[in-house]
Amino acid sequence: MVGSRSVSTQWVVEAVGLRKLYGSLVALDGVSLQLREGEILGLLGPNGAGKTTLVRSLVGRVKPDAGELKLFGVEAGEREQQRLGWVPQELAIYPKLTARDNLSAFGRYQGLQGAALEAAIARGLQWASLQDRAGDIAGTFSGGMKRRLNLAAGVIHQPRVVLMDEPTVGVDPQSRDHIFTMIEALRTEGVSIIYTTHYLEEAERFCDRIAVIDHGKVIAEGTKDELVRRYLGAMTRITITCGEDVPAQIAERLGASASVSGNLLQVTAVDPAHDVGNLLTMLRDAGVGVRDLALKAPSLEDVFLHLTGRGLRE
Amino acid sequence: MRYILAILRTALLNLKHDKGAMIMSFILPVAFFSIFALIFGRSDREGTAKIPVIAVDEDRSESSQRFLKALQAETSLDVRLAPEKADGEKSAPTLYRAATAEEAVRGGKVSVALIIPQGFGAAPMSFTGGSGKRLTVLADKSDPIAPQMLNGMLQKTMMTAMPEDMIQSGGAAMDKFAGGLTPQQKTMMSQGLAALHARQNAASNAAGGSASTDSSANGSGGAFAGGLVQVDTKDLLGEKKTSPMIAFYAAGVGVMFMLFTASGAGGTLLDEQDSGTLDRVLSSKVTMTTLLLGKLTYLVMLGLTQMIVMFVWGALVFHLDLWTHLPGFFIMAICTALATSSYGLILATACHTRAQLASFSTLITLIISAVGGSMFPRFLMPAEMQKWSLVFFNSWALDGFRNVFWRELPLSQLWPQVGALLGFALLFLVIARQLARRWESA
Repeated sequence: MVGSRSVSTQWVVEAVGLRKLYGSLVALDGVSLQLREGEILGLLGPNGAGKTTLVRSLVGRVKPDAGELKLFGVEAGEREQQRLGWVPQELAIYPKLTARDNLSAFGRYQGLQGAALEAAIARGLQWASLQDRAGDIAGTFSGGMKRRLNLAAGVIHQPRVVLMDEPTVGVDPQSRDHIFTMIEALRTEGVSIIYTTHYLEEAERFCDRIAVIDHGKVIAEGTKDELVRRYLGAMTRITITCGEDVPAQIAERLGASASVSGNLLQVTAVDPAHDVGNLLTMLRDAGVGVRDLALKAPSLEDVFLHLTGRGLRE
Repeated sequence: MRYILAILRTALLNLKHDKGAMIMSFILPVAFFSIFALIFGRSDREGTAKIPVIAVDEDRSESSQRFLKALQAETSLDVRLAPEKADGEKSAPTLYRAATAEEAVRGGKVSVALIIPQGFGAAPMSFTGGSGKRLTVLADKSDPIAPQMLNGMLQKTMMTAMPEDMIQSGGAAMDKFAGGLTPQQKTMMSQGLAALHARQNAASNAAGGSASTDSSANGSGGAFAGGLVQVDTKDLLGEKKTSPMIAFYAAGVGVMFMLFTASGAGGTLLDEQDSGTLDRVLSSKVTMTTLLLGKLTYLVMLGLTQMIVMFVWGALVFHLDLWTHLPGFFIMAICTALATSSYGLILATACHTRAQLASFSTLITLIISAVGGSMFPRFLMPAEMQKWSLVFFNSWALDGFRNVFWRELPLSQLWPQVGALLGFALLFLVIARQLARRWESA
C-alpha cells in the first residue's frame, strides 16, 4: 500500500447496481463500485465471481441489463469507454506481427497517426523494455514478454484510467517484477487503475483500496487495514507445532477458536501474549512437547477466506 | 488386442465429438457423389442433357426438310429453327438465318449451329467425298462435345432417315467407279427405290413423322471415314487463339481457389476472437462495420492478387492472351474478388470455431465449385441444372471470364455478370454484418 501519492476525491468510474444475466446465470448481481482519480482499486474474487464481466461491462464489451455507469463524471457512452485503457486477461496481441507492428496496429485503432503514433510506439516499447526486440515476431516471445507487450498495447493511447484483468497471470517471478515496475510507473504518472488479480500480495502491494466480489456482488470494500479490522478485528493467529499429535481433550477445551490437525494446533487470539502462555501451560500439563511456535497478524487472505469461504484460486 | 481396441475406442469417441470430421467423412462424399450422379448419371433419361442446336435450312428442299425433321426427332438434340417466343409475343418468330445463327453462337446462346446450304437436296451425301453438298457447322469450341456430337448425329440421321438418298448416291458411285450398271440393273434399282420410298412414307405416317427413335446410337461417321455427309466445322471463337481453353481453366481454378482463400483468410476473425484481439479492437475506435469492411478490403486484395498471379503465369507459360484483355480481366477479377470475399466473411461470421469453419467451408466451396462450373464446364450439365446453377455466384464469375477471354465480348456486354456478382457481394456483406452482431457487446 502506498500512501505517499495524492488521490483525488473525484470519481472517474462510478458503477451503481450493475446487473447482468446470461440465461439463468447471474453474472453481475447489482455491483456498485467507484474509482477515484489517481487511485488503484484491487478487484479480488474467486473464479466465476464476476470480475471479468464487471471489467468488460466497464469497457463496453458487455452490455449490463440494469444499472448505471458513469465515466469521467458523465454517463458512459462509446466515446467515454474508448478513453479507457484495457489489458485483457488473454494475450490479445497479434502473434505473427512484430512488437512494433502490434503497437502500431493498436495505436492506429485508437486513432493515433503520424508523429503521435511513432511517439506512442517508442514510449510503449520503452515502458515494456522491448526496444531490443521491437522488430521480433511477438509469437516468439517468452510468456513474460508477451504479457508486457499486452500491457503496452492496452495503454498505447495513454489513457487516464486503465482496467487490468490479471496482468501477471502465468508469468515467472522475474517477469512479474518487471510488470510491477511498469505498473509502478503508471501509478507515478497518476493513472487510475482497476486491478483484477488472483495474487493477494499484488493487491496488498499496489492497491489503495480493495473490493471483494463474489457471486456477482461486491461483498466488501476498503483499504486492507479497514477490511482486516472490520471483519477480523485485532485477532492474531497462533500456530504451534507439537512433538506428537495434539490430545483430543485439549481440542475440546479450546473449542471453536482452535483447529487441530495431527500435531498442528492453530488458535485465533485477541490477546496473544496472554493466550500463548495459557496454551503452552496446557500442553506442558498434558505432557506434550512443543517444537515450533508462530504468531501471525491477520492478512487479506484471512479476510478473503472469512468472506467467501473459499481460497482465491478456487 | 485389447490395446488395439482401446485405441479404436478412443478414435471413435474423438470422431463422435468432431462434427467437422463427420461432415468431411460422410456428408461431403455423399454430396459429391450426388452432384456427379446428377450431372453424368442421367444422360440416358428423357429430356436431359440435350444439346441445343440452331438449324438454318437454306435449301428448303424435300430432302433438307426430311433431314431436319429427322434431326428434330433425335432425343439428344434440341433443334431450334427460330428464337423462343417472348411472353406475350403473338406473331411467329423469324426463322434463324446464317447470320443470326452465327451471332447466337458468338453470343454464347448455343454452342453449335447447322447451316444446310442451297443445293443440299440435289446431292445430300457422297460415298466418294466429292459430289455431296457440304453442310456447315458453326461451333463454339469452348464446348468441345457439342460439335462432335452434332457431327455424329448428322451422319447417323443421314443413314437412318434417308436410305433412299443413300442408295441413290451409292448407285451413282457404283455406276461411276465399277464401269457402269446394265439397263436391267438400273431398272431394278429404280423399282427398289420406289418401293423403299413407299415403305418410308408409310412408316413415317404411322410413327407420326418420327424418323428415328434410337436415341442411344452414336454418330456413325467413323464407319465412312470422312462421313456420308460432308461437314465443314467452322470454329467461330477459337480459330485465332493459340491456347483456346487456357483462359477457361485459369478462371475455373482461380475462382475455386479464391473461394478457399477467402474462407480461410476470413477465419482470421475467429483467430482474433480466440486470442482476444477482436475484443480489444472492438473496444477501440474501430466498429464492427469498419472491421468487416477492413477485412473485406484485405480479402479482395488477396483474391485479386491471386487472380493476377494465375493469369500472368498463364500468359507467360501457356500463352494465354491476357494483355489484350486487361480491362475485361480486371473488371471480372475485381467483381469476383468482391463476391468471393463477402462469401468468406459470411462463413467466418456464421461459424464459431476454426475447426467448424474448415469443415463447412470445404464442404460448401467444393459443392459450389462443382455445380458452378469450376471443376467441369457447365455445358456438361443437364439444361435444368445449368439454369439453377446460376444461383451459385461463381457460375456468373466463370461466365464473365469466358465472355472476356473466349467470346471477346465488349465490356458493355459484361453487365449481367458484373451486376450479379456485385449483387451477391452486397447481399453476402449484409448477411455477414448481421451474423457479426454476436461479437458486438453482449
